[in-house]
Amino acid sequence: MEKREVYFDNSATTRAFDEVRDIVSETMTVDYGNTSSRHMKGVEAENYIKTAREEIAKTLKVKDKEILFTSGGTESNNLALIGTALANKRAGNHIITSCVEHASIYNTTAFLEELGFRVTYLPVDHNGHVSLDALREAICDDTILVSIMYVNNEIGAVEPIEEIAKIIKEKKPSVYFHVDAIQAYGKYVIRPKKQGIDLLSASGHKIHGPKGTGFLYIDEKVKIKPIIYGGGQQKGMRSGTENVPGCAGLGLAAKMVYTDHDAKIDKLYAIKDRMVKGLQAMDGVTVHGLTGRDSAPQIVAAGFEGVRAEVLLHALEDKGIYVSSGSACSSNHPGVSGTLKGIGVKDSLLDSTLRFSFGAFNTEEEVDYCLEVLNELVPMLRRYRRA
Amino acid sequence: MNLCRCSEDIGEHKQFNYYGGYSVKYRSFLIKYAEIGVKGKNRYLFEDALVKQIHHRLKNLEGNFSVTKEAGRIYAEAAEDFDYDEVIDALQHVFGIVGICPMVQIEDNGYEDLKAQVVKYIDDAYEDKHFTFKVVARRANKQYPVVSDQINRDLGEVILNAFPETKVNVHTPDVLLRVEVRHKINIFSETIPGPGGMPIGTAGRAMLLLSGGIDSPVAGWMIAKRGVTIDATYFHAPPYTSERAKQKVVDLAKLVAKYTGPIRLNIINFTDIQLYIYDQCPHDELTIIMRRYMMKIAETIAKENDCLALVTGESIGQVASQTMQSLAVTNEVCELPVMRPLIAFDKQDIVDISLKIGTYETSVLPYEDCCTIFVAKHPVTKPSLKKIKNSEKKLDEKIDELMKTALETREVIRCI
Repeated sequence: MEKREVYFDNSATTRAFDEVRDIVSETMTVDYGNTSSRHMKGVEAENYIKTAREEIAKTLKVKDKEILFTSGGTESNNLALIGTALANKRAGNHIITSCVEHASIYNTTAFLEELGFRVTYLPVDHNGHVSLDALREAICDDTILVSIMYVNNEIGAVEPIEEIAKIIKEKKPSVYFHVDAIQAYGKYVIRPKKQGIDLLSASGHKIHGPKGTGFLYIDEKVKIKPIIYGGGQQKGMRSGTENVPGCAGLGLAAKMVYTDHDAKIDKLYAIKDRMVKGLQAMDGVTVHGLTGRDSAPQIVAAGFEGVRAEVLLHALEDKGIYVSSGSACSSNHPGVSGTLKGIGVKDSLLDSTLRFSFGAFNTEEEVDYCLEVLNELVPMLRRYRRA
Repeated sequence: MNLCRCSEDIGEHKQFNYYGGYSVKYRSFLIKYAEIGVKGKNRYLFEDALVKQIHHRLKNLEGNFSVTKEAGRIYAEAAEDFDYDEVIDALQHVFGIVGICPMVQIEDNGYEDLKAQVVKYIDDAYEDKHFTFKVVARRANKQYPVVSDQINRDLGEVILNAFPETKVNVHTPDVLLRVEVRHKINIFSETIPGPGGMPIGTAGRAMLLLSGGIDSPVAGWMIAKRGVTIDATYFHAPPYTSERAKQKVVDLAKLVAKYTGPIRLNIINFTDIQLYIYDQCPHDELTIIMRRYMMKIAETIAKENDCLALVTGESIGQVASQTMQSLAVTNEVCELPVMRPLIAFDKQDIVDISLKIGTYETSVLPYEDCCTIFVAKHPVTKPSLKKIKNSEKKLDEKIDELMKTALETREVIRCI
């Protein structure tokens, strides 16, 4: 078998579109002005930001001014939580989130707990869906914010966003609803105004845009305080010279992923279904969570009985196939994935789970190659294990 | 003066002002060394090695330093401005140095000028003048019109007059002010401790078995401190150990190389040997047999590279493969002496050294090394050599071929 490169780690990051690379290059070397400058160069730069903001606003059907550029998903999540908590602490000190959130949520809520806020972590069922009953029970007079992810980064579970919004409106309409859509933006048509979402985080490099870019949608009615102070850029909400190349690249990537969107998503589901079928046909392999259209189009997580995830990961790497064990973000610190535990994956599979995640550059043929390699490697690796 | 008693004036003077945002401008350093002072006729070899090491360490720093040996002393002298902290840090990584004295150098503009300069030095170097002192002059330039004793008395007097808070104490002074009269005049009063040991390049070469753990880098550092040049061997087991585990070992080698100079790191792909042992031998003997083959491979590379010994980070009883019995069984495969500098150290003592030399943080990064991937739940702790050799007979068919391949396909990285 020839050595080739198959990148199945698109939930960690994606390869940028060539067009994105070009606009980033253009704004670094030709139109490199500072948006705050009064001269022509500054105006040119500002136009890139404006265009990017418009493109993104269009994908969500929201107002331009409701889009705030950030340095990525982590900053968006930090700002959404810290910014609203601090601005609304007179209204209450209770925040609700789930037990399967990304580190940029749970480490931020931990920080808010230090500041005296009370945080409820909702449990999930075996498919990774947050318990709506628990949410209903948790909302109280003191609640100011609910933050739930749209698509889980480890198993691709899709949270019932609209039901959650509905429960919030029933119980206490003034509670803000933040959605971490870092794995969902670009994969789902999201309409914050219709779905009852007040804040929404997204990241550029998950949608074939540049790293170090992202945005936070903030409904104009939301009371929020900045967490970064300085020269007052972006109407004082996020000081710091605008990352013109990053924003331009992000705007273009957003536009591109939402062009012919249905066809793109159909293609991802076809790849995913092929992968799931192939995995289910293998002995001792469990695909976690739901599959098909009930789950996100780009993520498959599977447990390989009797094989350590990291070993299989490196064995696949040797064949040119790149995947993650758990999520790339949490695999920096060993310790077992919160999501897998949360959905009740049995102990023997916790350390044996790989995540395959797909993107615009993948093909079904690559899935076949990956399955072929897995069928060859897994039985071989099972032979050698800790005695 | 007596070079062997070099810790005499390593004092605790917290108010001592270093150059670099401070008021004293040093230009050169007197390098103190200990043991090499007593090496008889070989002494010049050791001194030359030390000069070479110091030169090597300073040549890429600002200051355009020249390093010279003169009348039984080593001086590092800057021709241009330099970063004081950076230079001290570099010198503190040179084995063989026991003390570094930052010196102020003045032109010989007459005796009255010397007195004024000494007063200025004291004023600049010590903010708080409540200390006792002693002046020790050394008249290397015998043409100088005033003899050492007289210089001592005169300088003592001007200091006392200028700073009435000071007191003379000739037995246990807080500040020992030295004045060296040569073609120029050096004034210094502080000694910053160096790492000690012997200069690299004076004691031959040894092969360190380097894992990603806490112990082996410390073991390598300790042996290098005795002047031994270090080569290293690392056993990599893809896909069971990751590229990051390998990078971690390269990083550790680089950290140790800050002291030892460049380390040639041999990376052996050990997977096939390990799996073969796994297939053929009892699992509870896996680790011990594996370690015997690691020693054999390391020794082969060691001999090819003129190493005179192997170095490991083993310590009695730390793990199953480091019991007295296991050590004996492992040791049996080697012809070269195996140096185990940590053999009687407690773990905490090893950790303390690794913190001191700066390898700890890298060592504790959580990447698995090849010793633990197939480790049995209950590995043998008291292996018998006879039994192990018996088990190894089952490897006869392929092991030589596998060892040969492992040696031939090794990767060599020069870690600086």
